Amino acid sequence: MYTASDLRKGLKIEIDGQPYVITDFQFSKPGKGQALYRCKLKNILTGSTQDRTYRSVDKVGKPDLLQKDMSYSYPEGEHFVFMDDETYEQVLVDSDVVGDLKYFLQEEMQCKVLFFNETPIDVELPNFVEKEIVETEPGARGDTATNVTKPAKVDNGYEIQVPLFINEGDLVRIDTRTGEYADRVNKK
Amino acid sequence: MMSDARAFFAARGYLEVETPVRVKTPALEEHIDAEASGDHWLRTSPELHMKRMVCAGYERIFQIGPCFRRGERGERHLPEYAMLEWYRTGATCEDLVPETCALLEAVGGGDAHLSAPPSVLTVSEAFESYAGWDPIPAFDAERFDLDLVEKVEPALAGLPGPVVLTAFPSARAALARCRPDDPRVADRWELYLNGVELANAYTELTDPVEQRRRFEACAAFRREEGRDVYEMDEAFLGALEEGMPACAGIALGMDRFLMYLTGARDIAEVVAFADG
Repeated sequence: MYTASDLRKGLKIEIDGQPYVITDFQFSKPGKGQALYRCKLKNILTGSTQDRTYRSVDKVGKPDLLQKDMSYSYPEGEHFVFMDDETYEQVLVDSDVVGDLKYFLQEEMQCKVLFFNETPIDVELPNFVEKEIVETEPGARGDTATNVTKPAKVDNGYEIQVPLFINEGDLVRIDTRTGEYADRVNKK
Repeated sequence: MMSDARAFFAARGYLEVETPVRVKTPALEEHIDAEASGDHWLRTSPELHMKRMVCAGYERIFQIGPCFRRGERGERHLPEYAMLEWYRTGATCEDLVPETCALLEAVGGGDAHLSAPPSVLTVSEAFESYAGWDPIPAFDAERFDLDLVEKVEPALAGLPGPVVLTAFPSARAALARCRPDDPRVADRWELYLNGVELANAYTELTDPVEQRRRFEACAAFRREEGRDVYEMDEAFLGALEEGMPACAGIALGMDRFLMYLTGARDIAEVVAFADG
């Protein structure tokens, strides 16, 4: 258990069996009154938010959260198979948890999988992945503006907006946290 | 800022004093914890020593110095901060309202908000308007603190001029006198600037029997909560027994005043070394 004075922005806590992250935190203490710890909370599973105020005597649940280094193996039905780098144990991660990150998974990619009560609830990929552009309108030669974009498809069908100078066959880096184009990779 | 404050008090016949920072017995308060310093404590307020000086015959005294409160760190709290505290005999806390506003104006350097007449309202009026209940007839400590922070203080920010919240419930009298004609109400007020509590004033409790009873109740509360229980300050109680003149006193947070003047959002922005 945490005590109220442990609370701070970014701390993960558990309320009624659900894991929450503190997204905003304020210490208040009215004159001669008790200390109040006011938190904005986000449910890690559902994304829903709520406000909660704790007093200094309150105890707050500590969630059983564990992040493991795992490498991606292969898709299997409605799941994706990851392997624990230390124990070689294989874990099935639900496709809902992976979401659009499935477009960026590559075999043996080093990922971080977050477990809550031993169930995988979140997957973190490397911040950037490289993908080849397989389909886009030809760009105007010499146009280096980056603020004008056009649609493009990468090899697994994922669609992104890229600058005009990107051509079919180019390698680009995609930011996995936003799903957006980051920059072009120079060909070796 | 400090020299303007000192000039203000000098012109009004106040004597600047210094009392110990390292003390044997911090004031017993329900929700204020002292930082230990060897076999002593760092003061949470200069109040009890300054009152002993009042008992000894000093009629107008002020002090500017550091105070320490364990575990307090937030946008408006530092574990070490600068307190301005002053006492005036023959006065009530009402008399300190114009004096405090004059000080804010003198130090505030032409800020129009500080020169405006204060908005004065009672705790009953403020809670009925902004929180929908009156804490005076039926006090509820939990609800009072929460509603004060979440509903009342933000609403005070919208009122013109400095805001003076008066007539606190006697359960939150601390060291203030309760009104002879209505013991449910304490002669205590708090001053707010932009919804931020800046100063706390009392018509001081001078009755040694009542003072001892409050300290004992506070010690019992702290024991129950598992907090440090400081010794009874017999030197202070002895001075009260010798006799304390009628007097009013006030403490004002200088760092918060500087936050107001500079528009700082976090109190750490107005001190040079917030981490100690």
